[in-house]
Amino acid sequence: MTSAVPAKAFEQASFEPSPASRRRFRMRGIGLPIYTVLALLFLLIPIAYTFVFSFNDSGKLNIAWQGFTLEKWLTVCNTQGLCEAFGNSILVGVIATVIATALGTLIAIALVRYRFRARSAISLLLFLPMATPEVVLGAGLAAQFLTIGAEKGLVTIILAHTMFCISFVVVTVKARVASLDPALEEAGRDLYGSPTQVFWRITFPLLLPGIAAAALLSFALSFDDFIITNFNSGAVDTFPKFIYIAAARGIPAQVNVIASAVFLLAIVIVVVAQVSRAARAKRLARQS
Amino acid sequence: MAFTAFSSQAVVEQAPRKRSVIALVLLLPGILYLVLFFLAPLISLIITSFQQPVLDGDIGEYTAGFQWQNYADAMAEYWPLVLRAFGYALIATVLALVISYPIAYFIGVKARRWPLLQSLMLTLVIAPFFISFLLRTLAWKQIMSDEGPIVVFLKSIAVLPSDGHLTGTAFSVIFGLTYNFIPFMTLPLYATLERLDTRYIEAGADLYASPWTTFRKITIPLSMPGIVSGTLLTFIPAAGDYINASRDFLGSSSTAMVGNAIEANFLVLQNYPIAAALSIVLMAVILIIVGIYVRRSGTEDLI
Repeated sequence: MTSAVPAKAFEQASFEPSPASRRRFRMRGIGLPIYTVLALLFLLIPIAYTFVFSFNDSGKLNIAWQGFTLEKWLTVCNTQGLCEAFGNSILVGVIATVIATALGTLIAIALVRYRFRARSAISLLLFLPMATPEVVLGAGLAAQFLTIGAEKGLVTIILAHTMFCISFVVVTVKARVASLDPALEEAGRDLYGSPTQVFWRITFPLLLPGIAAAALLSFALSFDDFIITNFNSGAVDTFPKFIYIAAARGIPAQVNVIASAVFLLAIVIVVVAQVSRAARAKRLARQS
Repeated sequence: MAFTAFSSQAVVEQAPRKRSVIALVLLLPGILYLVLFFLAPLISLIITSFQQPVLDGDIGEYTAGFQWQNYADAMAEYWPLVLRAFGYALIATVLALVISYPIAYFIGVKARRWPLLQSLMLTLVIAPFFISFLLRTLAWKQIMSDEGPIVVFLKSIAVLPSDGHLTGTAFSVIFGLTYNFIPFMTLPLYATLERLDTRYIEAGADLYASPWTTFRKITIPLSMPGIVSGTLLTFIPAAGDYINASRDFLGSSSTAMVGNAIEANFLVLQNYPIAAALSIVLMAVILIIVGIYVRRSGTEDLI
């Protein structure tokens, strides 16, 4: 990689620009900040649209604005099959996340900590699912299930989602394992901790932020997946599949309600995580 | 981000020599899972792509065969969709790069002194992830619909003819692809630009390089890892996408991409061999492009 050497050489150095250049940067005008704000607002347009139209007093079709109502928020589950599909998405997301996070974490630990043969083949096997278009992953699994005569349903969806989550878990947890100081585990062993004790009392808690991030990412990937699900779900609906089918005849406002609620929940989780990370950083800074 | 994370060169050197039995135990479950549910399906797909119909059988009944003809048939019927998929994905990737780079540069370099602002803006960049991909796309469909504000405005200033549409056109499909993959582009760009040492930029200015030359000769090369992962993370899913191009979303039959053909053949027509052959073609072309691209951009240790 072209930048690896200089980036490493200056890792310790401060990135604070000199006063002269700071002035120069400030002189360069307000074009970039204005552009960034506009671009971020642009990214939010469909979210705002979805949120606003969850309050639309519409009939079956939720297209033109007909007036404000809270009714859709209160009658979410009256829409046939919607809450069932949503429940399926949660169920699939939770199970796939648990399996993928466990398998991926073990791989991440092995990749950083151990030497073994066929390392490059294994890296390739982990990289390929991320470099394969979803439609190919979905069709491949569907062809496989067809060949072995497996009935498509919740199980096949979970198997599929676990598969594409593993690589992302490995990537996320690996960074955390690499930054972990082996001396801490050595200390545990020196104090006569058994390998199990050392893992659960020292390694696991230190890896937890990385594992949690990987689990959240897995759940998000699984929850929003449509393409692979569409190939492997048979008659079972997930939330995205419900939307896809409904799109042909018009989306009921209750779909916007669920999407808006999920969005708000996700934003709360992210903000809480960021605030607590900032608080921890501040605490550590004060201690040192 | 994702694509640079497997550059394990440094890690290999650090890895201590330990009993590989433990490594085997750690690796085995996950690797076995990927062999069963990633590798085996790819092989099934290859086998399926050579199958032939059962004589006098029902629709959707196929038997093992060695029908190269399936590939010829698939390409004869769908080559415009394959070309369109790569064309749209290429345009969307370039657009996403051009739109995302200034965003990532501002968040990663200019906003460094305000960490809170940085994390707020990053949250806004990934906010679209938190609302369903399909709903985001449908929202744009409504906004760009014939009764929507954009079409009405464009017609009033005569940019769009009075019988013109936005949805169902190449424009709306590429727009949707670009919009949906901007976060995938911005995040890896941010990740490298955030570590960019601004003293290199100062050095460029001190040596009387114009801002443009400094940008071209210093900033761009230093952010190359982010550009490579961002473009791959955008291009690959965009080339295989069939939501944006779908008739119920932003597309029409004249914007169908190869993904639409794979979906229709597999799930509707039950023509599995054709769907499988198209999938293999898509995958092969992507792997070739990724291979050449990664080699050209000098980031060979991606894997």
